[in-house]
Amino acid sequence: MNLTLKIWRQKNANDKGKMVDYKVNDISPDMSFLEMLDVLNEQLVNKGEEPVAFDHDCREGICGMCSLYINGEAHGPDRGVTTCQLHMRMFKDGDTIYIEPFRAKAFPVIKDLIVDRSSFDRIQHAGGFISVNTSGNTIDANAIPVNKHDADDAFSAATCIGCGACVASCKNSSAMLYVGAKVSQFALLPQGKIEATDRVLNMVKQMDEEGFGNCTNTGACEVECPKGISLENIARMNREYLSAALKG
Amino acid sequence: MSGILNSSIGRKFAMALSALFLMIFLLQHFTINLLSVFSEDTFNSVSHFMGTFWLVQYVFQPILIFGVIFHFVMGFVLEVKNRNARQISYAKNNGSANSSWMSRNMIWSGLAILAFIGLHFYDFWFPEINTKFIQGDMSGLLPNGEYRYFEELQHKFVDVWRVVLYCIAFVFLALHLLHGFSSAFQSTGANNKYTKGLQGFGKAYAIIIPLGFVFIALFHYFNH
Ligand code: HEM
Ligand code: SF4
Ligand code: FES
Repeated sequence: MNLTLKIWRQKNANDKGKMVDYKVNDISPDMSFLEMLDVLNEQLVNKGEEPVAFDHDCREGICGMCSLYINGEAHGPDRGVTTCQLHMRMFKDGDTIYIEPFRAKAFPVIKDLIVDRSSFDRIQHAGGFISVNTSGNTIDANAIPVNKHDADDAFSAATCIGCGACVASCKNSSAMLYVGAKVSQFALLPQGKIEATDRVLNMVKQMDEEGFGNCTNTGACEVECPKGISLENIARMNREYLSAALKG
Repeated sequence: MSGILNSSIGRKFAMALSALFLMIFLLQHFTINLLSVFSEDTFNSVSHFMGTFWLVQYVFQPILIFGVIFHFVMGFVLEVKNRNARQISYAKNNGSANSSWMSRNMIWSGLAILAFIGLHFYDFWFPEINTKFIQGDMSGLLPNGEYRYFEELQHKFVDVWRVVLYCIAFVFLALHLLHGFSSAFQSTGANNKYTKGLQGFGKAYAIIIPLGFVFIALFHYFNH
């Protein structure tokens, strides 16, 4: 396939940045999207130009490092996949593809397509943990009975890889799906109950301080999330938050 | 509890509560309007009751006005904050791939409703306040001794352009509620085994109620 790429180029955090057009030829439909970008970068390096900077690590959909807003959607047009799992067969010969960084005030661009998602880490630090004794006399997790339904829901919430596609897709740049998942994975389990009140208050406070927007329940996040994290997690976080705020 | 309106979830919760309240009010307003189609006399006496009963006038009405103002002011506040949260927009954004038009344009359907509320106040509320509290006429009667409410209502639907404006406004209300109804429940944290049913009910509410208002307007236009 021969393609036209419109890619956001930005030298550094302070640069204004702009969309630049590139052509790539003879792309195999079996390539992944990132392999296609590797081809482009090879071309650029051979010409002595600066390659396009983009994030990636595992390239198998588990680390949450890859990002990219492709043709107007986070992780591109396919469903339930990350950009690294997106195949070029989703596109046609002659297509023009827009490739932009995830956009949000709380995800500032570092370079080209790489954004700083450390705001997610700070939210996690604010309460996304449980206090367990790990110094040798750990209690076997299976010693505490957990309702199967809750265990399944907690597990589903825990599959969030923290990629930020929810924020990128949301018209309000809201992080509620991410934070909802992180709150839920603990709130559903007995081990998470001890810090439940502080957790939700602190994580939401941090989320607001980072400059994410408010949720309008458009549901865009759920559709674009590579892990299919459900909106139910946002409703659960709202319940947790409201009851925690009422408590004090 | 302190400063709940300072948090994103608190603001959304307050937004949802004001919206739920408005939807209950809308149902009540619709029910009374519908009476005008069936019986002039019943409509007149219910209107007179609503217009003169102290509890409605001095308790419910101020709450309603507060609710409306709170809702649209908070709507603007959220809109500004949300726009601020993304300072550079996408060169290409495919919103329709993942969300409904209604959900992405609540501010625009809301603004259309606000414009309509302005017209509605000009048509009914200001004259009503003028008659009752400036001229001090609480009788609810015309010079000929009949109740004025039905007469005034019909009078408003003589002008075809006003009827057209009313109909357009209710299309926007329907669009607002097609997303808003179920959204309000999600905001309060109510997402459970009733959600599917509630979403269906919400769609029905969002279409039937505005359509009913349109029907009433057209009924009076063709029957005056
Ligand atoms: C007066 C003009 C109005 C304006 C400017 C307005 C504006 C808005 C906005 C911007 C939102 C979205 C808020 C968000 O980001 O979540 C919203 C939500 C909503 N509005 Fe309105 N609105 C108006 C009137 C009404 C009326 C008359 C009703 C009902 C009869 C209504 C029902 C709702 C509902 C149910 C929601 C969803 C609440 C939620 O998501 O929690 N609105 N409105
Ligand atoms: S909720 Fe989904 S889209 Fe959001 S960070 Fe987690 S995995 Fe990514
Ligand atoms: S590179 Fe790890 S999820 Fe895409």
